[in-house]
Amino acid sequence: MANTGTEHTVKAFDTDINELRGMVAEIGGRSEQAIAKAMRALEKHDLKLAEEVVAEDKLIDELEKRIDELTFQTIALRAPMADDLRELIATFKISGVVERIGDYAKNIAKRVPVIASTHKLGPASLLPSMSNIASELVRDALEAFARRDADLALEVSERDQIVDDFYTSIFRSVITYMIENPKDIGEAAHLLFIAKNLERIGDHATNVAEMVYFAAKGEPMPERDRGENPTDLLEEPTTGR
Amino acid sequence: MTDLVDSASTSESSTMTESTVPAISAGDGPLKMTTRNVDVFYGEKQAINGVSIDVTMDNVTAFIGPSGCGKSTFLRCLNRMNDTIPIAKVTGDITLEGEDIYAPKMDVVQLRARVGMVFQKPNPFPKSIYDNIAYGPRIHGLATSKDELDNIVETSLQRAGLWGEVQDRLQDSGTALSGGQQQRLCIARAIAVDPEVILMDEPCSALDPIATAKIEELIHELRGKYAIVIVTHNMQQAARVSQRTAFFHLGTLVEYGVTSDIFTNPTQEKTRDYITGRYG
Repeated sequence: MANTGTEHTVKAFDTDINELRGMVAEIGGRSEQAIAKAMRALEKHDLKLAEEVVAEDKLIDELEKRIDELTFQTIALRAPMADDLRELIATFKISGVVERIGDYAKNIAKRVPVIASTHKLGPASLLPSMSNIASELVRDALEAFARRDADLALEVSERDQIVDDFYTSIFRSVITYMIENPKDIGEAAHLLFIAKNLERIGDHATNVAEMVYFAAKGEPMPERDRGENPTDLLEEPTTGR
Repeated sequence: MTDLVDSASTSESSTMTESTVPAISAGDGPLKMTTRNVDVFYGEKQAINGVSIDVTMDNVTAFIGPSGCGKSTFLRCLNRMNDTIPIAKVTGDITLEGEDIYAPKMDVVQLRARVGMVFQKPNPFPKSIYDNIAYGPRIHGLATSKDELDNIVETSLQRAGLWGEVQDRLQDSGTALSGGQQQRLCIARAIAVDPEVILMDEPCSALDPIATAKIEELIHELRGKYAIVIVTHNMQQAARVSQRTAFFHLGTLVEYGVTSDIFTNPTQEKTRDYITGRYG
């Protein structure tokens, strides 16, 4: 039985829930913006913008704390049941996940000075496109939360495969580049880390989507069929011996 | 769901629909009582409509629902307490261990010993603690000697978690005990006649949280020894003490299932609205 947003007899409960939902929308918006800014800083070699992303991450951390406090307080004082309980638990977990997304954006921003020194994305030219998809997933996962839309959440989870595919592709080209240009290995490694951060952002957007699905439906999201798993790339090839 | 309250106060038979909720299946432990298509009328007015529920030995069953939904009325069908109301008429099948409890040959006094009841307000007899417990076994001839009776009194008080508090003042009046102690005395009194089922009609609504916790712990300990059915207005209590929950609304069984499912993911909108406080 999904939450239809009908009012509670105790209106103060609705006030708390609406305040929480507002804060989740805000933390989501800030994280999405952080990804966009960090990537713009990377492409334009804008160190000032990169510093801004790092500084603004504190606001995201602060929001996470406020969301957790109010969720905790609401659970203690209102003893929520059924969809209310599921939604509050989801809110609690989503705030933590979205805060991590902010951290990944900050991490990208922190690498800008190193990449900026040589002014090229080189083998990782797909990064901006990958970042657009990852940002979209974050936006849609939070939109699904706002609309309590399990179908949109499911779609986000399925679209994470695109981000994974981007990562696989960037991974291969960066490794090739490293082999061919050993002197640029340090910088190429940073590009690889940025790709990995974006891949993790996609995973976290999926985590948010899973929470949204659970809150709406009261059951875990069905497992999606995964294509090539990016972490498989790290495994040793089998030699057959 | 604002229409729920208005119609609850005028629950006419015309507003009733046949209950479509399936009775819970066996496989949840030995079946103790079954009810099938139970209707209850108070004169012209239908209070219960087509309720089918199985009560199992291993689970505490909680009945929840707003005032006037019929949960207490239905509970009272299970040991024929509604017989005491002249205009009440019960139809449908109710069995205890497969035996029709409304059959003409059923001895109602025996039935109420087998299906004991604890009420909202503790109602000890104005007698000593000892006599409160000994009364039932005496009239049912369950003890042949003083020793045997003493033994029943002690065992019953122990099972009700009251022995330690009253063992050295068994001759004091039962009414001199605190509210929570009186309620445990009433539970001990129900236990004393060796029942199979214990019905509890809001047993904690007149008690403070500590006394309530003691009763809830007691329910937990008695589970498995007796089939227990509890009516409660306190949803947290239903969630804490029961393994099966039935939600009643307007005399109809709306949803019946595993307690953790009902409170985390009910299937019916009416159940959801009631347990999340969106009702009315």
